[in-house]
Amino acid sequence: MTGALAIGGSARVWAAIVAIGLATYGFRLSFIHLFGRIDEVPESVKRPLRFVPPAVLAALVLPDLVTIRPSVVATLADERLIAGVVAGAVAWRTENVFATISVGMVTLWLFRFVVFA
Amino acid sequence: MDGTLFDDDLWAGVRDVSPLMLGIVPFALVAGIAAVDAGLTLAEAVGMSVIVFAGASQLAALDLLGANAPLAVVIGTAAVINLRMVMYSASIAPHFARYARETRAALAYFLTDQAYALSVAEFAENESRTRWRYYLGAAASLWAVWQVGTVVGVVVGAGVPDAWGLTFAVPLVFLALLVPAMKDRPTTVAGVAGGAIAVLAAGLPLNLGLLAGAIVGILAGLIAEAIDR
Repeated sequence: MTGALAIGGSARVWAAIVAIGLATYGFRLSFIHLFGRIDEVPESVKRPLRFVPPAVLAALVLPDLVTIRPSVVATLADERLIAGVVAGAVAWRTENVFATISVGMVTLWLFRFVVFA
Repeated sequence: MDGTLFDDDLWAGVRDVSPLMLGIVPFALVAGIAAVDAGLTLAEAVGMSVIVFAGASQLAALDLLGANAPLAVVIGTAAVINLRMVMYSASIAPHFARYARETRAALAYFLTDQAYALSVAEFAENESRTRWRYYLGAAASLWAVWQVGTVVGVVVGAGVPDAWGLTFAVPLVFLALLVPAMKDRPTTVAGVAGGAIAVLAAGLPLNLGLLAGAIVGILAGLIAEAIDR
């Protein structure tokens, strides 16, 4: 235990779980429930939704791989970025989650414990 | 496969989803490990996996909970990540339209990226499938493996030393989902713009960099699509 949840504690966690769960179930149910009342999903809803997965996933991934530092070398010579680029290539070639995780972690360890050690 | 256990549509769903478990098992373990890292108890971790049942949003919520972000930011971020479910719901809805309201309500609970992608592809190819049986075979298998994986992650995760950086598996999972999501020019623009803004805005408080990246990425995708037309 890191004790990171000292502020607010368990009530805070359960509040988050229930609220996220309700919102997510609402999203899941939305059109499965509504279908029959409307004939076709409006194009104005469909179009932006198409870009949600790439935009959100990239915004989640990139800050965990890159940190802007004072010099270009310091920014690029980061084992997380190197592991990310290698894992990205594996993801692109194989579209396999397991292979991506395995290669990414091994690359991270190689650079952290051997190359940059 | 006539005459075997697998000629039933339910079992066909179970069979077809099984190769995906290779990716789901480590993802579920990471969700359990991340829950321990954020300071959650086993009950809270399982509660999250059962009630939310959406890996990427669970990991983001755990990250923010561990960083003591405001509750509204935790909930808002997770909700934004799961907005894509609306798209899946819209896409699979015609296949479930003939079922009773209660059946549809139950089927909706199990909707995930993998169950959606697998089912819609199969329904397009194999018109004769009984929709709810095939979908439930795949989706409920994913659910069961997700719950067991979370528990195992909570139990074994506590014993792994920090230096191994196992939480780095989290961005790697997202990366494995991101790459196939950038399948044409506008979606690639959305990803590149969203990622770049998130990196530049990483210093913003309340993890607003993530929301800024997501919003800019979606707008960039819409603009790229408009230019392509």
